[in-house]
Amino acid sequence: MSQTTAVHGERISLLRVLGPGHVWALGVGIVLVGEYMGWNFAVGKGGAIAALVACWFAGLLYTCVAMIDSEVTSTVAAAGGQYAQAKHIIGPLMAFNVGLFLVFAYTMLEAANAITLGYLVQTVGSMSGFENTHDKPFIVLTIMFLAWLNYRGVYATLTFNLVITAIAFVAIWVLFFAVQPWSDVYMKHDQLLTGLPYGWLGVLAAMHFGMWYYLGIEGTTQAAEEVRSPARALPLGTMTGIMTLLIAATMTWYICAGLMPWEYLGQAVTPLFDAARLTDSTVLMVLLFIGTIFSTLASANGCINDASRAWFSMGRDRYLPQAFGAVHPKYRTPYRSIVFLVPVALVFAIFAPLDQVITFSILSGLLEYTFMAFNVLMFRKKWPLGTIPRGYVHPFHPLPAIVLLILCTATYFAVFLGYGTQLIAMMVFYIMASLWFALHRYKFVRRGAQFTMPWPKPVGY
Amino acid sequence: MNNFVLLEYAAWGISALLGLWMLADLIYTDRTYSEEMLTSSQEGDIEDSLVIDPTQQGGQK
Repeated sequence: MSQTTAVHGERISLLRVLGPGHVWALGVGIVLVGEYMGWNFAVGKGGAIAALVACWFAGLLYTCVAMIDSEVTSTVAAAGGQYAQAKHIIGPLMAFNVGLFLVFAYTMLEAANAITLGYLVQTVGSMSGFENTHDKPFIVLTIMFLAWLNYRGVYATLTFNLVITAIAFVAIWVLFFAVQPWSDVYMKHDQLLTGLPYGWLGVLAAMHFGMWYYLGIEGTTQAAEEVRSPARALPLGTMTGIMTLLIAATMTWYICAGLMPWEYLGQAVTPLFDAARLTDSTVLMVLLFIGTIFSTLASANGCINDASRAWFSMGRDRYLPQAFGAVHPKYRTPYRSIVFLVPVALVFAIFAPLDQVITFSILSGLLEYTFMAFNVLMFRKKWPLGTIPRGYVHPFHPLPAIVLLILCTATYFAVFLGYGTQLIAMMVFYIMASLWFALHRYKFVRRGAQFTMPWPKPVGY
Repeated sequence: MNNFVLLEYAAWGISALLGLWMLADLIYTDRTYSEEMLTSSQEGDIEDSLVIDPTQQGGQK
């Protein structure tokens, strides 16, 4: 696909070149690393069965997110995703906050992925017998290379994600069949599943890391201005994405819980790779190592894409300095936003502890999901079915929104159990940012021009 | 100096090159095009023909 230097008169836009496969790669690519590592800390919180319950409940939470997101974004098809939705449906202050949730959730996740990749390369160096190995050069290289790829164009970036995400997903399938789930040659569930070591409170606490199975699937909406057919590609990519993740999460749990005792699994760094090691197959070990590296790369890559689109959209509406709303005339990417967020990611990746970075990402995501429940309730109330064209209509409204709110509340409590101080600190940060926006920044916002959807007046206005 | 140290230096070097490339291109682009044109993007309407891939619209290569 050739990029162009073309402009249309005096206007430049992002390039519409993506299909449903790229949307799938964006959503699943961000998340699949959670299957390779991270989800298993839920096992440490409440045992293997608690992690399975968390897998299902978090799966339900994200299915609601995917359904709601698919409907709203098939209508509000704009870069910025949930930020643009909030702007049109709720109002500027909510939109500003949602924009920040998005940028921090993705930038922190990008930093966490870079830290992990650096650690993996360093570990390979140490295991190969080298002394005094460092992770920092590889952390920095990961961020710089992926930022450069994103800078050069969205088509190559997400095609790269499509390939490496597909390989990482296939690797899980290969391992699943290699451990022969239909027999007890490898699988020892009958011996290893020992109930709930911390009772039902452990199940609730497991929800914190249960989110890791799916965190980021909502990022598909950021591609709205770069897909050829938003009304078709976004719901299709998002819904197939959540189905992929539900399958991958269940297989991952089944493999790992049948091979490792919960005491080990709950603190393992790379559980799927460890599962491959237990089979004594070199081919599987290499495949799952590649899967781990690829899933980490894909996640960081998708995060750069999404964070930059959210930052770009806010700049375009002057919620932030307008300079961030610039599009590269040759590569057709939000190049200033991509470059601006590089040092932010580097600072967090180099100086912040991994668990703090991950928790900041999870909490920002959780705030975003809470918003989505209220958002869809207001969307259906202001623009009932039939008043505007929708690419997808989610069923059983308002049940998904109510379920989403209940599960978000339970997860806040789960996070509070382990990271109460961070939860409160982050709330204070967003309140301070909101005050800055309301008292200082809002006067620069293009109040009329920011509402771009050709919709009728909302019911009741 | 072992091979891994060389790998680390290579990682630092490539990172610096990529960073410099992006900065140089950013400065060049900002100086070549007007700010008005660079920030002319508008939030995408689904059926707005102006934001469709220009190769399908006879745009320049």
